[in-house]
Amino acid sequence: MKSKAAGLPLSYRLAVTSRSLAALLGGYLLASMASVCITLLAPMTQADATITGMMLSFVFYLIAFIWCFACRSAWRAWLGVLLPSLALGLINALAYWMNLP
Amino acid sequence: MKEGFRQAMAWLHTWTGLIFGWLLFAIFLTGTLSYFKEEISHWTQPEVQSHPLDPVSSLGLAQRYLESNAGHASTWFIRLPSEREAALSVSWRDPNGGGRRGFTDKELDARTGEAVEARDSRGGEFFYRFHFQLQMPHPWGRWLSTFCAFIMLLGLVTGIITHKKIFKEFFTFRPGKGQRSWLDGHNAIGVLVLPFHLMISYSSLVIFMYMVMPASILASYGDSSGYFNDVFGRDEVPKAAAQAAPLAPLTELYAKVQEQAPGARMGYIQVHNPGDRNARVTFTRASADSVAYQRSAIWTFDGVSGELLRRGAPESAAMTTSFTFVGLHMGNFAGPWLRWLYFAFGVAGTAVIGTGLVMWLGKRQLKHAKSERMPGELRLVEVLNIASMSGLLLGVAAFFWANRLLPTTLEGRADWEINGFFLAWGASLLHAMLRSGRRAWGEQLTLGALAFALLPVLNALTTDKGLNHSIAAGDWAMAGFDLTALATGLFLAWAAGKMLRAPKPVAKRAPRAAKTVEAS
Repeated sequence: MKSKAAGLPLSYRLAVTSRSLAALLGGYLLASMASVCITLLAPMTQADATITGMMLSFVFYLIAFIWCFACRSAWRAWLGVLLPSLALGLINALAYWMNLP
Repeated sequence: MKEGFRQAMAWLHTWTGLIFGWLLFAIFLTGTLSYFKEEISHWTQPEVQSHPLDPVSSLGLAQRYLESNAGHASTWFIRLPSEREAALSVSWRDPNGGGRRGFTDKELDARTGEAVEARDSRGGEFFYRFHFQLQMPHPWGRWLSTFCAFIMLLGLVTGIITHKKIFKEFFTFRPGKGQRSWLDGHNAIGVLVLPFHLMISYSSLVIFMYMVMPASILASYGDSSGYFNDVFGRDEVPKAAAQAAPLAPLTELYAKVQEQAPGARMGYIQVHNPGDRNARVTFTRASADSVAYQRSAIWTFDGVSGELLRRGAPESAAMTTSFTFVGLHMGNFAGPWLRWLYFAFGVAGTAVIGTGLVMWLGKRQLKHAKSERMPGELRLVEVLNIASMSGLLLGVAAFFWANRLLPTTLEGRADWEINGFFLAWGASLLHAMLRSGRRAWGEQLTLGALAFALLPVLNALTTDKGLNHSIAAGDWAMAGFDLTALATGLFLAWAAGKMLRAPKPVAKRAPRAAKTVEAS
């Protein structure tokens, strides 16, 4: 990455790295939270709800990836994956404690 | 990153495609070979004879063999011969015995029930395992290959977004136009087999979802064993009672299964505590019998009285959905024609990845067409392109050559076949580093063409299963392998010819061609 990368400013490269991490890690967090949310809230048997949650989780991962590279800045990428994760996490926590015997 | 949604997606498509393309190419190629896993194994172990199928007699032979050779084992496994597997495979687990973790495998002749001394080879199993484990320690290979599958899915979706005039351009193919032909080919193949690509990449995520997305299991069950018990059923086998009791004839139990499911083919038969009062016999229906795995198609018998104890529970809709994805990916249900279609789609997928990699480089090379030397990063991509594509093909060929040439008495023979695969692959990387791009392509493809086209000859010289014999005997798995190798050789010869001739066809049109592939 010499001759071509020389034309690219460091800030750009850091932004791309940041977006990649947001997609990879933040996206995974979002996908996990979404899958748990479906599992805990879907009106199905335990096994079915778990399978459904896991099967749909990849759709969220995909959308998160696309978001992270389509949005206007790296900050928005992180916000876009972390805020929904937080919201889903709160719902999950609530659902989890209500389900506890 | 560029302005605009479509441009951003094109950027994502380009760069994820480049970084994961080399690995995806290997995963797709070995996965494609895995559709003919049993047929490849048949070729790599020509000592195993095919006979007309007779499950009842085979089962009786297996029981007789195991009773005289594995009477003290804790568990027996029997795989009956099928349309695709000639051997009657038996294995057993003896806690006190040798082998890996007490397991011993034998392949029996389906007619005589005698053990076949076949050459030691992993055969199709090697490519199958490499396809999702990448020869890495557990579980890293599975994680990496599943992530690659996700990148493939992402590549498809971003590709569709990038390629907005999908149907109009589908009918556009401009051959002989260098870079533009590559783009047209990439798009045409990609769109033509798009449903297959979407299915194959999404289903690979479903296969390992319990591993890569375990949050739901943890939140709902606490650990994975509860989930597996719920989905696949609990394995309720009593401990051995330490009282000898003769095992009921397995053929009688087989007849009982046939009463319940007429015409069902058996995948494998498991016997727990053989020769003990607490013997249990489990019949599992062959995966070839249905698209989705059927946990209901499992029958458990008392091994002494022969009484049917239970049958697997029916599947729910969500289970059937996920099992269907898995089944579609594996293609075990496919008959010969559908199997060839799977193979062709797999080749198409490999070609989409390969053309993408070639285009990435070609487009950037155009910009440096006038300069003396290629920039270092482009040279790196070029070397990796050559090694990952033609090098992998050479590795596959080396595996088969090693299979025929290594002496059968060699210690660790199966491992040396695999070493041959990786040595050839590594050698191609070295060669690609030492030669200029076009020469390296041309020379490796030429070598590959010879290596594949001569495989049928090698087979005929080293075994009595050459094409003249296999076609006459109707052994289509053997003949199909040889003919496919020949066709591969011819294709590679054509490609090599292209590479070794005509060095600079597109330099003049470069600026325009570069513009049209902007979005790729």
